[in-house]
Amino acid sequence: MRLKLVPEETSFDFFKKWKLWLGLSGFMILLALTSFGLRGLNFGIDFRGGTTIRTEATQNLDIGVYRDAIAPLGLGDITITEVFDPGFAEDQHVAMIRIEAQADGEALSSEVIAQVQAALDAVAPGIKFISVESVGPKVSGELVQTAVLAVVLAIGAVLVYIWLRFEWQFALGAVIALVHDVILTIGVFSEVQIKFDLAIIAALLTIVGYSLNDTVVVFDRVRENLRRYKQKPLAEVLNMSINETLSRTVMTSLTTLLALISLYVLGGDVIRGFVFAMIWGVVVGTYSSIFVASTILLWLGVKRDWSKPDNTTGNQFANIDA
Amino acid sequence: MLHIDTWKRALIWLVCVAGLLLALPNAFYSRVEQSNDAYAAIEAQGETPELLAQAEKWPSWMPSSLVNLGLDLRGGAHLLAEVQVEDVYAARMDGLWPEVRNALRDERATVGTFRRIPDAPADQIRLRLSKPEGMARAMELIRGLATPVTSLTGAGATDINVSGQGDVITIALSNQEKLASDARPLRQSLEIIRRRIDEVGTREPTIQRQGSDRILIQVPGVGSAAELKSIIGTTAQLTFNPVVGRGTDPDANPGVGNKVIPSLDEPGTYYTVESAPVVTGEELVDAQPSFDQNGQPAVSFRFNTSGARKFGDYTAQNIGAPFAIVLDDEVISAPVIRSHIPGGSGIITGNFDVEESTNLAVLLRAGALPAKLEFLEERTIGPELGQDSIDAGKVATVVAFAGVLIFMVLSYGMFGFFANIALVLNIAMIFGALSLIGGTLTLPGIAGIVLTVGMAVDANVLIFERIREELKAGRGPAKAIDEGYAKALSAIGGGNIPTFITAVILFAMGSGPVRGFAITLGLGILTSVFTAIYVTRLIIVMWFERRRPKTIEV
Repeated sequence: MRLKLVPEETSFDFFKKWKLWLGLSGFMILLALTSFGLRGLNFGIDFRGGTTIRTEATQNLDIGVYRDAIAPLGLGDITITEVFDPGFAEDQHVAMIRIEAQADGEALSSEVIAQVQAALDAVAPGIKFISVESVGPKVSGELVQTAVLAVVLAIGAVLVYIWLRFEWQFALGAVIALVHDVILTIGVFSEVQIKFDLAIIAALLTIVGYSLNDTVVVFDRVRENLRRYKQKPLAEVLNMSINETLSRTVMTSLTTLLALISLYVLGGDVIRGFVFAMIWGVVVGTYSSIFVASTILLWLGVKRDWSKPDNTTGNQFANIDA
Repeated sequence: MLHIDTWKRALIWLVCVAGLLLALPNAFYSRVEQSNDAYAAIEAQGETPELLAQAEKWPSWMPSSLVNLGLDLRGGAHLLAEVQVEDVYAARMDGLWPEVRNALRDERATVGTFRRIPDAPADQIRLRLSKPEGMARAMELIRGLATPVTSLTGAGATDINVSGQGDVITIALSNQEKLASDARPLRQSLEIIRRRIDEVGTREPTIQRQGSDRILIQVPGVGSAAELKSIIGTTAQLTFNPVVGRGTDPDANPGVGNKVIPSLDEPGTYYTVESAPVVTGEELVDAQPSFDQNGQPAVSFRFNTSGARKFGDYTAQNIGAPFAIVLDDEVISAPVIRSHIPGGSGIITGNFDVEESTNLAVLLRAGALPAKLEFLEERTIGPELGQDSIDAGKVATVVAFAGVLIFMVLSYGMFGFFANIALVLNIAMIFGALSLIGGTLTLPGIAGIVLTVGMAVDANVLIFERIREELKAGRGPAKAIDEGYAKALSAIGGGNIPTFITAVILFAMGSGPVRGFAITLGLGILTSVFTAIYVTRLIIVMWFERRRPKTIEV
């Protein structure tokens, strides 16, 4: 007896409502962009400069008291948030204090941090600074450049790869799906205002890789079926290919989600934003490889005349792994 | 059909066993770490029974490389410092000024009186002459002070550019000289910082050059960034002391006004030197690697005027006696004075090769940090937070692992169990490979491993689904397995390459934790493809050969 999440034979018509799916994706992208435009991302100190301090105290946390204690130091904009985690002890009260970047290019000096600690110790005796991270505006500016460059390079590199492996219609479909995933992820980050830092860029790029993994598996099957069923209409071939790979798509998404969710719940609060980005990416990536990438492929059409030898398909890169 | 050569089988198992063995020390992390530390201590300061007992906690014939824990897991301090090279330009110009003054003074008749204009940029000297008609002669004189740039790219150029306008002469450091000399303060700073941190004796500090003028310093186990800054902030003290004697006893009675200090290069050797130095490093203006008259690598050095006088007098009176070059109470070398050294410049010969002479020159110049350090990034991570992250990561990994294992068996039965063996091997191999290359595990790196647990089964899922399809199409078990593997290969490769590309890009562009994530993700892809394609296949083939089933269910 086997656990079968997807019946052995499926024949869903994924393109019957293709306008609906594309419309939905378009709408979501619009929502994401609007949210990004209105709220913007909650950039971490990696990208904006500034200082974050993670404090731990045994007393109940009162953000107002903390704020009043630090205010006389004149450090500009200060954000204090309480951190919750099921793993914390009863009398463990953790806060994140963020201090904006100061005028000069340097990180916040240790003397200032000592002053902050002294000020807080007066209101919450025995308060501990668990971690202090300070990034000067000079470095954060460069980190933004590097991050943007990394994302652009990654998308460019995989575009070239897909283009070498398949025809350009496939590449375009895959990359549109990819951009769709990245935009939706950024949209969620701006809507929920989760801290967006260097690690999130790593998560974004992993989403890029995962989403393509899914798309490549579907496209590989499409290519195989296109060769086998030369007379069938493209829509049918696409549908057949997605149905054939559906069981695998669901299995892999589920095992990946299973792993990620356990990390989300049990992995501690430090990494939660990072894991959240990846969970979202897996869900969106799976959706987009079926409903966005394939739909765009259907829309663009593929060269079907396989009787003549063709230099652009089945080139030296096409079966590099076979 | 379903045939794997014996040598291939042996090779596959060998790789798996190697991976397991390399990963094993990480399962006994603290024990292996103590043992490694003890071996290092024995190497440095000799055997003691306690150290030996500690060293034997882990058998010496076993692999003992461990995965390094990143700062976010172990706790410690991280600094990114920028060397303010402009400071060095200003010092260079201030050093040049007396020479310019002396040169012009001798020709006062033609150039008239002159005055240095304040508020010039740091890398320039501007001076105004009272007799503009003497400009040509003055500029010629100053140009005579220029020296050729010693670098490949700067060939043919001199270190200063001299230009004139009206009655003002501008002397500026040339761009070629700046390029050639920028590397110098950075190297000196790196060397000094490394020595300072080594002195404190913490484990595995990372001190790296970043870009053209930055230094990344990561030290695990230091309480805070402030503490780390105070360690690297103190200036190095270089002195030249007369040598009284030399021996191997660190507790020898030095006598009044003397002290016993160890040798830097020869462990176990101690020098007794006079406490009062003849000259100190503050009076050294330059030290460069060079060669002596026999073509042996040496270090040439030069004192300023007062240092030169003191040094000249001392060497004249003590020909044949050794004197010690002492840095922070350690003797760098103790050459014998061969002749009177009057000009304030000299040469240190010894048993060095070119690299050592270069290092010594760097150290000699490295008396103090050559330029101010500006700290662009400071991070302190408490060890408690790191330990919490490790603990949480462990629990999450185990739960993720168990979930995926159960899910695979439920979905694919016996074949799922085979895939699970491969998954366990896969994780072991990631740790083995990380230990082997000396990789660093960070918190995002743990996430990378958990992600790998979820994604690694993908290759096997692809294969098993294919086998199901082949079975459905009416093929026999052996043929179905064979075809399943053959047909899934293209999708496995194609699907993993994009993720691998992104891992490579992340590794190249990222730093610290992100890089740790890229390493585990990239390694995870390699090992998961290996275990899925080779290991599960081998297990299935072995099972098949033994059972010869008429039908199989996947």
